[in-house]
Amino acid sequence: MIVGQQKPIEELWGMLKDFKKIMVFGCNTCVAVCHAGGAKEAEITASLLRIRAAEEGVEMNIEHGACERQCEPEFFMPSIEKFKAQDVILSTACGVGVNLMSSQIGDMPVYPGLNTSFYGAVPQAGVFTEVCGGCGNCVLHLTGGICPIVRCSKSLLNGPCGGTNNGKCEISSEVDCAWYLIVERMKKLGTLEKLFEIQPPKNWGTATAGGPRKIVIEHIAELEEKEENKATVEVKK
Amino acid sequence: MKSGSNLERVILSGNPAVTAELGPPMSAAPDEIVHKAHILKGFCDAANITDCQTAVVRISSIAAAFIAQREGLEPVMQMTCRDRNRIAMQADLLGAAALGLKNCLCIAGDHQKFGAAGKLKGHPGAKNVYDVDTTQLVGILKKMRDESLQEGGDKIEVPPKFFIGATWTPMGDPMDFRPYNLKKKVDAGAEFIQTQGIYDMELFKSQCEKARNLGVLENTALLAGIIVPKSAMMLKYMDANVSGVTVPKPLIDRMAKAKEAAGDDKKKAKQLQEEEGIKITVELIHQALEIPGVKGVHIQAIDWEPAIEIIVKAAGLYPRPNIPAE
Repeated sequence: MIVGQQKPIEELWGMLKDFKKIMVFGCNTCVAVCHAGGAKEAEITASLLRIRAAEEGVEMNIEHGACERQCEPEFFMPSIEKFKAQDVILSTACGVGVNLMSSQIGDMPVYPGLNTSFYGAVPQAGVFTEVCGGCGNCVLHLTGGICPIVRCSKSLLNGPCGGTNNGKCEISSEVDCAWYLIVERMKKLGTLEKLFEIQPPKNWGTATAGGPRKIVIEHIAELEEKEENKATVEVKK
Repeated sequence: MKSGSNLERVILSGNPAVTAELGPPMSAAPDEIVHKAHILKGFCDAANITDCQTAVVRISSIAAAFIAQREGLEPVMQMTCRDRNRIAMQADLLGAAALGLKNCLCIAGDHQKFGAAGKLKGHPGAKNVYDVDTTQLVGILKKMRDESLQEGGDKIEVPPKFFIGATWTPMGDPMDFRPYNLKKKVDAGAEFIQTQGIYDMELFKSQCEKARNLGVLENTALLAGIIVPKSAMMLKYMDANVSGVTVPKPLIDRMAKAKEAAGDDKKKAKQLQEEEGIKITVELIHQALEIPGVKGVHIQAIDWEPAIEIIVKAAGLYPRPNIPAE
């Protein structure tokens, strides 16, 4: 899932202090699981902003709301009239939600309430760890299910650097060396020899280096377009 | 002969090779490079010119290597994967070759969070690159030199002729994988290998044997890394904190004893420890050169370049061989 963290209230106040009508709008999927931006957190953020406004002696109308998923218009568009009554929307979704809302709800500024952090796992309640880089060209079958792209601080593909110390990374004794984990895992799986093959330079074009990425599943996209056209025709009738 | 570098000629001649290290300054003044080059010249076959070691900004390896070469010291330019993508790397390799540089050591580079192990501010917020890793960089150099092709496949009219090097941390975790790690670099094209500093020669010997059994050491020149110890404190620090470095207790005890012999005289303690450090270094050099497959030593006298002359002479490695170019 996508893991995010709330921006500090000081930073939020800095971006919002000149607006009069604000809606804090949450997303009840990933960022709700990481206790950062669901309906509950949106409500708390709205309260904190109201307190701050009162402390500053500023008059502000701050509402809050949420939808199931800000990454799909059908979930937030039912609230469009509420959005239109605001000066600004503070989205506590991940950056995907902020981007999509910005493009769909007209000339209404949509500001980020979170810092979108990473694609993470929840190994235990309250702990979130980065385990996938979303590089668009997965190599996990070659590395024992441990991602060298984000779990190795240097994204090395051919084995550990010289910085491993007692199984930890040179950047911190708190960070596991991914290549230490990979080697140990591959030994257990009896597939260590897979690591002996030289991995050539990676094509980063499938990652962010290739520009904005887009995937179109044509038969589904076409179906949707047809249904929209049909609906338009019916409305015209 | 792939590059015609002095280092390559010495290695091919069968003489034990000696490399040293020259760290460029955090300043635009070339004087320090010139000064250090004159101290090292004649006492090593080539000297590594570090590439923003510990992620601290210094004169670039290529520029400093050019200055050292101008002063008559053969440089080994270093190239980290941290700071350049494959476009910048290849552009710099062409440029370095055009400037007459002949040795290149490929390294991953210390992570930017390092900042001289906290002693300097550094640039912990910098974005690193790691477009390619060391093994891949070695492969790129080989492809450029031997196939006259860029990584992407475009033709190179005049290819850069480098003697290609890489590093090895034989005693780093996971230790049983390290010989294979070395094999990958050598299979990719590394013709010389400099190791992390070795104090535990027995362990190093067993790692070398594993590498030899993989058929690696016949295809590369392994230069054992020796970091000249200056004090008991330095040895203890390295043992506890430096990745892949273990220092046997008897060596630490020897240095501690040298320190104790000076009593409260701090100047004397420094002198006695340095003398003991040089003795230890010479012993380590001799032990390393006896290991089958070891073709030389890489001596690092950190901030103590004048020690190289003393060590090389005491180890019987002076004068350095003069192998004329073809």
